[in-house]
Amino acid sequence: MSGPSLIQFQNVAKVYHMGDVEVHALRGVSLAIEQGEFTAIMGASGSGKSTLMNIVGLLDRPTGGVYLLEGEPVSALSTERLAEVRNRTIGFVFQSFNLLSRTSALENVELPLLYAGVGSAERRRRATASLERVDLGSRADHHPNQMSGGQQQRVAIARALVTEPRVILADEPTGNLDSRTSVEVMKLFQELGRGGITVVLVTHEPDIAQYASRVIHMRDGRVLSDERQDPKVAVVPPWTQGDEEDPP
Amino acid sequence: MNPLQTLRVALRALTRNKMRSFLTTLGVVIGVSAVIAMVAIGDGAKARVEATFAAMGSNMLIVLPGTSTAGGAMGGFGSMPTLTWDDLQAIQSEIPTVRAAAAQLRTNAQVMSEEQNWGTQIFGTSPEYFQIRTWPVAQGSLLTQGDVDSGNKVAVIGQTVADKLFGQNSNPVGQSIRIKSIPFTVVGVLDKKGQSQWGQDYDDIVVVPVTTYQQKIKGGLKNFIEGSVAVSATSADSTSRAESQIRALLRDRHRLPLGADDDFSIRNLSEIASAQQEGTRTLTTLLAAIAAVSLLVGGIGIMNIMLVSVTERTREIGLRMAVGAKPADIRLQFLVEALALSVTGGLIGVALGVFGAWRLATSFGWEVLYRPDVIAIAVGFSGLVGVVFGLYPAHKASRLDPITALRFE
Repeated sequence: MSGPSLIQFQNVAKVYHMGDVEVHALRGVSLAIEQGEFTAIMGASGSGKSTLMNIVGLLDRPTGGVYLLEGEPVSALSTERLAEVRNRTIGFVFQSFNLLSRTSALENVELPLLYAGVGSAERRRRATASLERVDLGSRADHHPNQMSGGQQQRVAIARALVTEPRVILADEPTGNLDSRTSVEVMKLFQELGRGGITVVLVTHEPDIAQYASRVIHMRDGRVLSDERQDPKVAVVPPWTQGDEEDPP
Repeated sequence: MNPLQTLRVALRALTRNKMRSFLTTLGVVIGVSAVIAMVAIGDGAKARVEATFAAMGSNMLIVLPGTSTAGGAMGGFGSMPTLTWDDLQAIQSEIPTVRAAAAQLRTNAQVMSEEQNWGTQIFGTSPEYFQIRTWPVAQGSLLTQGDVDSGNKVAVIGQTVADKLFGQNSNPVGQSIRIKSIPFTVVGVLDKKGQSQWGQDYDDIVVVPVTTYQQKIKGGLKNFIEGSVAVSATSADSTSRAESQIRALLRDRHRLPLGADDDFSIRNLSEIASAQQEGTRTLTTLLAAIAAVSLLVGGIGIMNIMLVSVTERTREIGLRMAVGAKPADIRLQFLVEALALSVTGGLIGVALGVFGAWRLATSFGWEVLYRPDVIAIAVGFSGLVGVVFGLYPAHKASRLDPITALRFE
């Protein structure tokens, strides 16, 4: 890989002050994630994996060390600039989907483009394309409460993809999904990786981490292990009775 | 995000909770409609007062002879004649701010036509009187200077007298009436003037030349006017000046030493009118102030709901920030929501206020006067209420930490 890494942490630390108590969420983490890598970050709660994720996603700033995104130091940027970089470079997928209720799938997917200042016709076109990419082109006008959990998460992934970001950050994306739908989502992430999009996944489920090409274990704010692996190929099992989604 | 999109997002958010949005705007609706209705009714009342005083006469002053003191008992104004015909001449000719002046002698008498009789008041005056009171005829003609000079037995009658003596829609011009058994020819019927502020019927009147009055109806006092003098100033602005000039002239003519009381009095009708208007205005201001307070309460209601809304939508705010909304975008969105609520309330309030004032006016027989400037100010003020009371919730929303907001349950 030529040039700087896409995501580079140099001795990144994060200290929270909760009253008089100092909480060391990250104690000097150094790592580099390359373009197209599918990285799973694992660890118990309190291990610092969520803090790591928030810093990568520019939702939080480190209190020590340097974070380079696309080779640029981003820790010192203003809140406004961070919002712009986040909008352009990063897509988020959350455990609880975080879709706007009483708003159609299409409009949910359009949301990031609204803040990017994209015109309405172009917004519609790109949001539709993004929904088709997650096989939900036919459900564009459905509202979240008319969709299954798996479909909702796919809408959320379409929303994350619509700005054509370089990084997808997924925080326990399968936490609220059944095993079959979880595999579907993993399959989608593996496809994104092949398309050059970097996926960083936070999970505490080893089954899910198997699908990643790299697994980082965290404990007490430090990287415990960092291993590359052959990812398990996500194969969605055939339909069986009792699955939550309707057969296509 | 451009303003139009912001507005669209805000309207979507508001229509998602229609009942709540409606109840929130209700405070502003009531405030604005109250302001508009109160001012419309108040201005209507003011216009009516103005019209009543205009009916009395334009820029009118009345000079009354002084009081008499007989054995320590003070008689009222006009109990002793102190004004002379020469005084009237002087007022007419020497004071530039006086447009016209006329003596008005008055008595009550029974008036008869062929078939009917009617007790009314008889005015003896000169042609200037009609000019002072801006009172044209509906039929026939007014008294002339010739009538006064020759002491003609002619009369101009008010509409009420015409109706009573000759019946509705009749033409009394040329007919004969008898006042104290003396026949007079009706030369004109005056325009209908209506009632005074105090319920007195202006149209219940018979006007005859002042000379005829003194010769045939009620003997005069030689040099003194047994009545009052009506004066019309050249303009509304000069009324007060005319008043002080007449006072100075009469004091001089009556040789009153410095410090002595006037032996006459001057009533400035425009001052009475403005005092009346002042009263109405005070009432209007009071009512509008109460209405403005309710608008303020409406604003607090908006702030309250916006704060609830920010709390409820904390996750939404967190998500919007995560996908690229800047704090300014969030602030603007909530501000526009508050503004949309208050301006919508303002517009509904205008419609309701205009309608409400009209309903009240028709059922109570009041007059209303809608003022576009008041309506514009009311809507503008409701917008201001939205901004002022929306600012804090919007600021609070924009300051949320996206991480905490996204985890908010």
